[in-house]
This record gives sequence, C-alpha cells and structure tokens, in this order.
Amino acid sequence: MAKNLKQIIENICARYQNDRTRMMDIVRAVQEQFGGVSPEAIDLIAQSTDAHRVEVESVVSFYAFLSQKPKGKVIIRLCNDVVDQMKGVQAVARAFSEELGIGFGETTPDSWYTLEWAPCIGMCDQAPAALINDVMVTNLTTDKAKEIVRALKLNPNPPILSTRYGLGDGNNANALVQSMVQNNVKKTGEVLLCDVPADAGLRKAIQKTPEEVIAEVEASKLRGRGGAGFPTGLKWKFTRGSKGPEKFILCNADEGEPGTFKDRVLLTERAHLVFEGMTIGGYAIGATTGILYLRGEYAYLRPFLEDILQKRRAANLLGNNILGKDGFHFDIRIQMGAGAYICGEETSLISSCEGLRGDPKNRPPFPPQQGYLRKPTSVNNVETFAAVARILDKGAAWFAAIGSGKSTGTKLLSISGDCKNPGVYEYPFGVQVRTLLQDVGAENTQALLIGGPSGQFIGAESFDKTICYDDLATGGAIVIFNKDRNMIKIAQEYMEFFVEESCGYCTPCRVGNVLIDKCLQKILAGQGEPSDIEYLQNLGNTVKKGSRCGLGQTSPNPALTTIKNFRAVYDAVLKPAQDGMQPTFDLKAAVSDAEALAGRHSVIH
Amino acid sequence: MSETITFTIDGVEVKGKAGQTIMQAADGAGIYIPRLCYLEGCEPFASCRVCTVIVNGRPQAACTQPIAPGIVVENNTPEVTQIRKDIIEMMFVEGNHFCPVCDKSGNCELQAIAYRLGILVPKFPYLFPVRELDASHPYIFIDQNRCILCGRCVQASRDIDGKHVFDFVGRGPEKKIRVNAAARLADTDLDITDKACDVCPVGAILKKGVGYAVPIGQRLYDKQPIGSDIEANANK
Ligand SMILES: Cc1cc2nc3c(=O)[nH]c(=O)nc-3n(C[C@H](O)[C@H](O)[C@H](O)COP(=O)(O)O)c2cc1C
Ligand code: SF4
Ligand code: FES
Repeated sequence: MAKNLKQIIENICARYQNDRTRMMDIVRAVQEQFGGVSPEAIDLIAQSTDAHRVEVESVVSFYAFLSQKPKGKVIIRLCNDVVDQMKGVQAVARAFSEELGIGFGETTPDSWYTLEWAPCIGMCDQAPAALINDVMVTNLTTDKAKEIVRALKLNPNPPILSTRYGLGDGNNANALVQSMVQNNVKKTGEVLLCDVPADAGLRKAIQKTPEEVIAEVEASKLRGRGGAGFPTGLKWKFTRGSKGPEKFILCNADEGEPGTFKDRVLLTERAHLVFEGMTIGGYAIGATTGILYLRGEYAYLRPFLEDILQKRRAANLLGNNILGKDGFHFDIRIQMGAGAYICGEETSLISSCEGLRGDPKNRPPFPPQQGYLRKPTSVNNVETFAAVARILDKGAAWFAAIGSGKSTGTKLLSISGDCKNPGVYEYPFGVQVRTLLQDVGAENTQALLIGGPSGQFIGAESFDKTICYDDLATGGAIVIFNKDRNMIKIAQEYMEFFVEESCGYCTPCRVGNVLIDKCLQKILAGQGEPSDIEYLQNLGNTVKKGSRCGLGQTSPNPALTTIKNFRAVYDAVLKPAQDGMQPTFDLKAAVSDAEALAGRHSVIH
Repeated sequence: MSETITFTIDGVEVKGKAGQTIMQAADGAGIYIPRLCYLEGCEPFASCRVCTVIVNGRPQAACTQPIAPGIVVENNTPEVTQIRKDIIEMMFVEGNHFCPVCDKSGNCELQAIAYRLGILVPKFPYLFPVRELDASHPYIFIDQNRCILCGRCVQASRDIDGKHVFDFVGRGPEKKIRVNAAARLADTDLDITDKACDVCPVGAILKKGVGYAVPIGQRLYDKQPIGSDIEANANK
C-alpha cells in the first residue's frame, strides 16, 4: 500500500512535470484518488516537487475541498447560504443527517459518506441545493434528501441522480454536462442572452491591430462585470504596455459572491463567446496563454468546457496562427479551484493559479504590471469577456448606445430570494429597482441585497434607484427579502460567511469579522444595548479601512448597511438594561464552570 | 541619481527618494509610524495593518505604499489612531496574552505599541482560543497563545536563513503557524543561530535558558517608548 501510494503520487506529480506551480492540480488529484491528502502524501508531494512539506500542508489546509483526514467516497455538501436558509435547508439538513446517521462534518463509520456544509454554491435560484461529489442536486426537499441517500446506498454513483430527477434546460442536458441544474434565464437581452454569431468578434478583431482592438473596447466604455467596475480597455492598455515577453489573460470564473450565478449560465450557454473574448484579450494584450479559473463547485461543467476548448483548437480558433493570422498564438487551460471565496479576488486567484494558498498579494505591483508568475496579467470576469466579443463584432458605438450614461451595455443579474421568478435577467444598465421587483414577481418586499453581502442592503426608500455604476453598482447578485425576514439575522448569517471565507492574512479582517458576528449574535440573543450601534460602526470602519484586500474592505457591509437602512429593526431590540447592569454579562454562564467543578448549583438572585 | 520626492505627513513636509515606501521616508524624517509585521531586510509582509495611514483620503499600509509627489498622508490623527488601537486590541483578544508572566514583557513590541497608543484594556471580548505550545526543540519553544500571525518568522527563515522552518496553515480565524515537520519543532532544521529565532515581536518564539536575564523594569521599552529611535532621526 505504502509503495503503491508513493508510485501513484509520483505519477500524479509527473503528470504536472513535478512543477510546484501546478500544486492545485496535484493536491486535487491526490484528494480525489485517496479521499484526502494524508501527511505521508504531503511528504511525497513535497519530495517530487522539490517543495518543503509545510508549503504543501499550507496549500492543503487552505481550501475547503481539500483535507488531510480522509473523507467519505461520497461527499454531500449542503449549501447553507442565506437563501437556502430561507428555503428550508435546515429541515433538509436534518433529513440527510437522519438518513445517513451522522452529523455535519462527520463521515459514516464505513467511510462511505461525508456530510458537510458549504457556502453559496451558485444555485440560489434553485435552493436548497447540494453538491454531491461533482454532481449538483437542486430544489431539495426532505423527501428528496431521503430518496437521494437511499438511491446512493443502492448505487453509490452520484451521476445517477442527475437523470433520476430530469435533466435541466439548454446545455445542462448536454451529454458532457448531464445535470439537473436549470439556467432559469428569465429575461433575454440584446448583448449576451440572444443569438450570437460564432466568432464574428474574433474574426473582426484580427483584422485590426491589437492597439485598435483596445481602442474599440475603450470606446465602448465597457467596465468590468466582476464587481469593481474597472474600465476593461484601460486595464488591457496597461497590461499591453507593461514590459515583458510573456503575458497572461485570466478569466475569473470563481463566482463565489453569495447570490451570484450568472457566470454559471454564461459558461453553460455562451462558453464559446467567453473563450472568444479571452482569445481577443490575448490578441489585444499580447498573451499566448489564457487560464480560466473555474470554481471547484462548477467542476460538473469542466468536461463540457474542455470539449469546447478541444473543438476550438480543431477549428484553429486556438493554437498557432489563429484563423490564419500570422504569429497569433494563443491557448487556454482550465485551472480548478477548491472551495475558497477569496480566490475570486484577482490577486488571490493568481496565487491559487501559481499553486499557492489563496492569499491576496500586496499592491503595488498590480497584476497588469506583475501578475501570474510575476508577468503582466489581465484578470477579467466571465461576463466581461463575453461582452468584449460582442463589442468587437457589433462595434463600440452599438454597445455604448445601450444602457445609461456612463454605464454602457447590459448587465446580467442573478436574482433570488423572496420572489416568484428567480433566475438570470439581462437588463440594459439603468433599470429601476421597482421595475425589477415587478418583473421577478416580488411582493411585500422589505429589502434587497444589491451586489451580494459585500454590497449593500437597501429598503423601500431606494426602490426608485437604478442599477448602474453611478447609482447602485453590482457585480450582479440581487437577493430579495420580504417583510417577514429578520434583517439582523440575515446580516449575521452573511457575517458568518465572511468569517469562514477570510483568508486570515491580515488582522482587521481575520479578527474584526469575528467580533462583528459575535456582536450581532449577542443582539439576536436579546442582549443588545443601544451602544452596540456605535460599537459596530466603529469596528466596521476599522475593518474596512484597515483590511488588506477587497474582502475585508467590504465585509462589514451586512452589519453597516442594515444599521444604516433598517435602523428601526435594531432600535426595536436594543433597549437599555432596566437594572443598569450590562446585559452582556451573563452571571449564570460566568459561574457555570465553577459550578461544574464544585458539583453544585449556585443560588443566583 | 535618485530623485527627491516631496510630500506631507500630517501637514509636515517630508522629502524622500523615488522608490521608497511611506514608512521608509517617514523613518528618514524622524516620523514614527507604528508597525508590527515589518521586518527590515525582507519584502514588506503587510499583514498586521498597524501601519495604516490615510493617503489622499484612502487608507493604505505605509509599509507597502510608495511615496509620490504631493501626496497628503495622515498619520497621527484621531481616526488613524483609533484604527490602530482597534487593530492592536484585536491582537490582544485574539490570542492569550499574559503579559505579567511573559518573558518578553518590556521587550514586546505589541505591548510597547499598546502603551504608546494609550490602550488600558480592550473593549472587545476576549476570544480565549485553545492554542498549542511546542517545547520539543532543545533551545527554542513556540507558544502559539502569544502569536499574532505577523509572518516575521516565516519570512526570516525563508528569505534570510534560506530554510523554510515555518509557514502558515489554515485560513481565517483558524490560521496558525506550522513547522516544517510532520509534528514537532525538534524535527526541523531550526538552529538557535537562525535569524528566525530573533524576530518574533511578541513572546511566541522564545529562547530557552535565558529567561529574565534582564530584570523587568530595565528592558528596552521600559526605558523609552517604542519608536523613540526613529524619532531621534528628526533633528539630524
Ligand atoms: C473577495 C472578493 C471576491 C471576488 N470574487 C470575484 C468573482 O468571483 N468573480 C469576479 O469576476 N470577480 C471577483 N472579484 C473581483 C476581482 O478581484 C476582479 O476585480 C475582477 O475579476 C476583475 O474583472 P473585471 O474587471 O472584468 O470585473 C472579487 C473581489 C473580491 C475582493
Ligand atoms: S482582508 Fe481578509 S481576505 Fe483580504 S487579506 Fe485580509 S484577511 Fe485576507
Ligand atoms: S507593518 Fe505594515 S502591515 Fe504590518
């Protein structure tokens, strides 16, 4: 066995040229084969890749999908996102737990099944959902959960589940996807979710010089769709202008912001368009390599995407002298993630592609100066690349005429929560919140979360506002909450997400989010004091201003924006203590340890 | 040839050289910007965030942010000081720091900055984590209770000693220091002469057998506040 382990690991490492920058692929492969990356495996990987064992351990310990302790052959990861909570995931969780006879975080004694929680897996429009190995199961009920476990016990092969419940729409039914996931495209638009001619943008792009391509993108005023909204043309100009013989195009398909799932739909239905956009990007900045960083949760799309890449190579849309253009060489590889929201942050994404922990990097240098392997790199969102391909086909003027003012084009919105028609909507920028609420069939709405938990909660006084960069900016996640929802509870659950997903590198984010979460929990337990508002505001300010990357710079927002826009909800529960005592001090709890030691109860008045 | 760059810190004109960080230029001008993770001779790690300053209205880490002509830097203002105090307090509640019995007391940079910023008692609740202690090595011990995850030992071992005795494992609140061995520090190639043994700003990595060589009351920061050496540059 031990010899076998050595041989297999050496083979896996050799498959990646014993290259430590491919550590993600190596440890993922070992995890898949052995159910874990054991301390012995870590030693062997370190030997083969000429790394220190602690470096390998550091990587393995970072990602939620990797573990040193072996997990079951079938891993059920139930999504515990806020939307899943709203849709009854707790009952589903009990059903899984009872049927398997284990709690969350546990593995059955026969080593077959592991049950775990996972943060948002990108299925909010069909929640509750779970990931069973690489297979998505959606719209879960307690009965369905029990049935799934029984079916797996008869045949522990998760892919059988997809056909059992009927395949999803569009390419979800493709032979290489075979998933029950639904696209739920509820509103098509004129840029992305419409008929798009194959590779028309790329063909036109290579008629131009790279500088002309960049000028076209700049003229379209396209801004990044991943959340930060940086002008794409400018980013490419910087990257092209940086010195260096080798440059890289990275596509950010980490899609981890809770409530976002539009990139999943683009990758399912417009994969060619996304790869076309990457290829145009490669041409524009002068890169020969592109990497699609695909979140681990979307592994079910990988065979389908690999096949499309293969077809594009066969059609000379990738490879050497693309479409006969002399000297234009470009190819794309897929880098799988392994369960880490922070890897959507562009410098963490680069770290992960380099085979490291998903820690963000210090800036400057910025990726266009020094990114992947310290070479000039442009990281762009999936939707950004798709839009670029359309711009090169139809022209900057056409694109710039859509939308409103400085926000040109359309935006894909992932809408979920309390509404009748959750799904993906393509709107021109400038759509009013009120219109959107009508279209999705939302009633009795108390709040919307715009841009996911790193964005903001808004209430009825903002329903006349519009979705665009100058008013309500968003990477695309919109979650709706009706009047029955407890906004403090919702904010607290999102804070828990940030606590889990902080990389832990810097102090304010690593500790501050825990403290904010604790304070909200205290308020929810009925022990809040009026001074907690100021405490949270000050603490939130320190976390936002002190943190090293965008995660901590926005993570206090669930607390801060509910305080700002739903103050009455807080005021209703924050009452000064009648007896003048600090309500946080729980005398009973404080003496409980001593009581246990003494073996008797205290008399407390 | 290095070009001189002029900017201001709290309204005071400061001159630095192109390529310097705000912290380097401030040091040269005798203006102390508090810091914990910064380790001279290594690339800035930028994990502690104690050096946070406001540059043209935007928060930045002084240890990584390059100077530029005309930038307006806020260092010693109520808001910046509040951010720093909060961060220092976070370090105190995140670990288990028992200053009165710690051999580092008086030489501890965390403690010294807390004194300098006027922190008496943290307003945050203590988190009381359960952390490990590794005394396996003949000359060195690691007490993770006092670790503030600055990264100095990781950097010193890797970039100065040319080894890789330490690294981080886990993420978020679970992040911690690990040694390059299946279990214990004794199984690594750490030597007492390694730079990594000398750089811990707190009492997490301590040498055995030399405890209390200097009595409390006569230690480095007992005599003068942290940063005094830098401020002495002011009149040069
Ligand atoms: C914590 C965090 C998570 C992020 N996640 C994503 C993501 O999943 N997808 C994405 O495109 N951008 C994400 N971003 C934004 C990226 O850092 C980066 O700005 C973006 O990929 C650039 O592409 P764009 O210019 O096309 O928007 C994230 C940022 C932060 C701080
Ligand atoms: S802000 Fe959070 S996620 Fe970003 S570097 Fe700091 S600890 Fe890591
Ligand atoms: S000294 Fe700058 S972040 Fe620590």
